[in-house]
Amino acid sequence: MNEIIEGFVQAIQLIVSLNPEVMGITILSLIISLTATAVSALYSIPIGAYIYYHDFYGKRAVVNIVQTLYALPTVIAGLFLFLLLSHQGPLGFLGLLFTPQGMILAQMVLVTPLVIGLTLSALSGIDRETRYSILSLGATKFQAILTLVQEARFAILAAVLLGFGRAISEVGAAMIIGGNIRAFSGDLFSGTRVLTTAISLETSQGDFAMAIALGIILLGVAVIVNVLLNLVQAGPIGKDTWAS
Amino acid sequence: MKNWALETNQLSKKYAGREILRDVTVSIGKGEIFGLIGPSGSGKSTLLRMLDLLEHPTGGSISIFGEDTADEKARFGIRRKMAFLNQKPVIFDRNTSDNIAIGMKYRKASRSEIRRSVGEALDAVGLSGYGDRHGRTLSGGEAQRVALARAIATEPEILYLDEPTTSLDPISAEKIEEIILNLNRKREMTIVISTHDMIQGQRLTGRIGVVMDGTLPQVGTTTDIFHQPSTKNIARFVGVDNVFPGIVRENERGEAVIDVDGVRIEAVTSLPPGTRVTVLFRAEDVTLHLDPGGKSSARNSFSGTIRKLVPKGPFISAVVDCGIPVAVLMTARSAEDLGLRAGNACRVSFKATGVHVIREY
Repeated sequence: MNEIIEGFVQAIQLIVSLNPEVMGITILSLIISLTATAVSALYSIPIGAYIYYHDFYGKRAVVNIVQTLYALPTVIAGLFLFLLLSHQGPLGFLGLLFTPQGMILAQMVLVTPLVIGLTLSALSGIDRETRYSILSLGATKFQAILTLVQEARFAILAAVLLGFGRAISEVGAAMIIGGNIRAFSGDLFSGTRVLTTAISLETSQGDFAMAIALGIILLGVAVIVNVLLNLVQAGPIGKDTWAS
Repeated sequence: MKNWALETNQLSKKYAGREILRDVTVSIGKGEIFGLIGPSGSGKSTLLRMLDLLEHPTGGSISIFGEDTADEKARFGIRRKMAFLNQKPVIFDRNTSDNIAIGMKYRKASRSEIRRSVGEALDAVGLSGYGDRHGRTLSGGEAQRVALARAIATEPEILYLDEPTTSLDPISAEKIEEIILNLNRKREMTIVISTHDMIQGQRLTGRIGVVMDGTLPQVGTTTDIFHQPSTKNIARFVGVDNVFPGIVRENERGEAVIDVDGVRIEAVTSLPPGTRVTVLFRAEDVTLHLDPGGKSSARNSFSGTIRKLVPKGPFISAVVDCGIPVAVLMTARSAEDLGLRAGNACRVSFKATGVHVIREY
């Protein structure tokens, strides 16, 4: 019991004193996950919109696969990318294994299906009358898709936030692809240690203060994402307008 | 030859094997206000969407301003000459000005052009000064006017209105009707409006097409349709209360006697004796006297008993049993003045020319 209380007290001290190692790990985590989410959103939203707008053979199957991948175990994504990126693998020449860039790639694999699938659902939530109105007003196909995405922008933003939540909290792929390498002091990108992998290591080594400190920060990030999600889902005015 | 805005030829539409529309052939003139009336679910909305080229027909053809609409490229260009207003107002998640500007933006109009059109459209619907209001804060009536402003901002040549006032209160509905009439008169816009409110059809339109179970069984002026509906179903839909099956017994140069359950009704028709027919006449064309033995100049005059009195707003409908149950419509005040009660003996009369006869097969 004492050990836990002590751990908490020290954890708070680590956070309040802006301990360089804690800050380094936090910043690297945020950079990796934000980059993975942003890059993945950049192509996943258009892909989701494309799938929504076009009818093609096997569309239902594609949607099913995308939705199944929401629950893709992170270690499997890690394993898959490890095989691709390892020296003998087809992408081994890129030298991305055990680098932050490789971790970004791994998290993109996890975030992509989520953003594609939820963009698709967000757009499907728009009623038929709205789609007809857009076409009737003389939109080209591209203009129509653009307007639909604008109409669903809050739901799509929520999809991106959920994607970020998945990226920052996953440990399996980060461990396998990153390798949990400690950074040299002063060079953030020399290491691959992020919040989740660091918590895992510190716990197994019995350094509970460090683990708890990083855990509090990770939870804090989750809280911030959730608050943003709630703000976004309520929309700019709220649900108590005539449209609801 | 008349200048048609649009013509359809044997248009049909199926969804997943179910027939929504079949054999719809109609021509609508430039500058005309054409009504489509029919019960909910009869296919009016589907027809309007096909005319606006939002959906493809499964059979038949549509030509607009003389141009065939089968070609995909042509459809886009023609669609931009038309506009559509939904029953439920569609408002985009942005302010009123941006809502109205959207069609102009699709057409890459210049900023000054957009500002001018938005201003004019807001004026036309009586919402000047609403430009900065967010779309979601508008009332239902305001939202529909904004949607209408958006539809006309691109100066369409044909405007389709799908039950535009159904979800509105009477005052908002009246405003929308006024705007529609103005658009037609001032800009000579061709307007096709669907409604299940016959009175609205009568107020707004010149000609009406009746849509029933996916077909267009009758097109005519409102007077034609109110007094000479071509089928029993249309008759019921346009509120003809007296509909009876009968057989023509005699016909002297168009003046026929029709046997309806033993009651001999005189009517004007060319159908020969022995023809099975449906006899229709409107309750408001029947008069009622409390003197059962009195004389009437009308060719049809029968004595009977009042069975029941049904209030209909400012009117009262009396059902008189004179061998057949004849409905009579009168103002509530005159019914009160006469002191009508169920059980009163009375006489009903109506003109032979007020009776419409449909042949049954």
